[in-house]
Amino acid sequence: MSHLSVNHLLGIKSLTKNDIELILSTAQNFKEVINRPIKKVPSLRDITIANLFFENSTRTRLSFELAQKRLSADTINFSASNSSVKKGETLIDTVNNILAMKVDMIVMRHASAGAAVFLSKKVNAKIINAGDGAHEHPTQALLDAFSIQERLGDLKGKKIVIVGDILHSRVALSNIFCLQKLGAIVKVCGPLTLIPKHIASLGVEVELDLKKALEWCDVANMLRIQLERQDIKYFPTLREYSMLYGLDKELLDSLSKKIIIMHPGPINRGVEITSDVADSKQSIILDQVENGVAVRMAVMFLLAGRQG
Amino acid sequence: MQPKILLEKNQFDVKIKRLCHQLIEAHNDFSETVIIGLQPRGIFLAKRIQKELQSILKNKDIKCGALDITFHRDDFRKKELIPNPTNIDFTIEDKNVVLVDDVLFTGRTIRAGLDAMLAFGRPQDVELLVLVDRRLARHVPIQAKYVGITIDSIETQNVKVEWMETDGKDKITLFDK
Repeated sequence: MSHLSVNHLLGIKSLTKNDIELILSTAQNFKEVINRPIKKVPSLRDITIANLFFENSTRTRLSFELAQKRLSADTINFSASNSSVKKGETLIDTVNNILAMKVDMIVMRHASAGAAVFLSKKVNAKIINAGDGAHEHPTQALLDAFSIQERLGDLKGKKIVIVGDILHSRVALSNIFCLQKLGAIVKVCGPLTLIPKHIASLGVEVELDLKKALEWCDVANMLRIQLERQDIKYFPTLREYSMLYGLDKELLDSLSKKIIIMHPGPINRGVEITSDVADSKQSIILDQVENGVAVRMAVMFLLAGRQG
Repeated sequence: MQPKILLEKNQFDVKIKRLCHQLIEAHNDFSETVIIGLQPRGIFLAKRIQKELQSILKNKDIKCGALDITFHRDDFRKKELIPNPTNIDFTIEDKNVVLVDDVLFTGRTIRAGLDAMLAFGRPQDVELLVLVDRRLARHVPIQAKYVGITIDSIETQNVKVEWMETDGKDKITLFDK
């Protein structure tokens, strides 16, 4: 367990269990660092990182940026909305122009699945996937695993249900890979129209009844309904979705045990979870945000340390 | 060269007791002094010294922390490094700090330690205590104030310090890499 087996973080699928455990244990050290009076360490002071966000993001971008600052890296930020991408520049051209300015590492979010893998084959820099379409969002899965581990200890045998829009969710796919590699049992729950057809091939069971799913699990990860990715109607109305798959305090309190509630954000309050659930003691949503910085520091620290 | 045993068993204890008495001479009752062991191997010595001081001074309140310097090293990216936990649950602001490590060689670890320590406050005074001083091998101008043993060695040699707590015996060996 002494080093990563990969040079880029493109997805959880390409990581080994050892890689995940190494990242999580390193993140533990960084969590201690970001709770010190002086929260900065000089590890990456000679590294320049470009944050390329071809898609909107608040949490992930801020979290990466803060993690980079805490590691003393130099950063440049790029968002597609006010760039030459609008003028018709290709991804490779944009990235090569940025790399010509001597950038060592790229954090990229892109609307197309596989964009990070594509880039890793074409350019000479370490690539971190910060979300590619509906494919993977590896750092989110790592911080989710870290947050669950913090509450429940070893993930082996723990039951986790992912609720909501599984079809459009990169968080769901990365979470499934990550949690399974750590030995957890994963179910998904949501309207059939939002469950991918071949999900069973990942060893994941489908539960259509939210109450049954919640009774079964130790942790419920409530995903956001991604209306921006839904070009057709997958369910009649948000109100109906919320009635069948939304989690409110009454339902939470009716369960026979206290489960942990997670949400990758941003929350549609009143749709997938109500405010009183999001702000309840069982919710670890803000812990997830804090842990996100530590986990991203760990990923960048370990990748920067890789030779070649 | 055959591995050479530099110190073991009782001699080991004697050195630690002597270091403790030297510390007491300079720091009295340790009310204004804290001990910080450097991860990974310095913490065993730090804990041993804390225990010994507690028994000599009949004072249980001697603060001892563990400091990891991985994020402050100057050879990061020359090799892959895995961090260890830092655990300092007290402030070092205006305190006298005794930094503790098992072996002083190039001095680079201590340099990183001085850097890392500043995240926990501005100490009044910092001293260095080591069990083994490999003299004439320094890359940076750093010197220990309290030394268990001083040895002459060359760069192709290694010093290994074993601890009862983890290795089942107290022993210091010099051997070829």
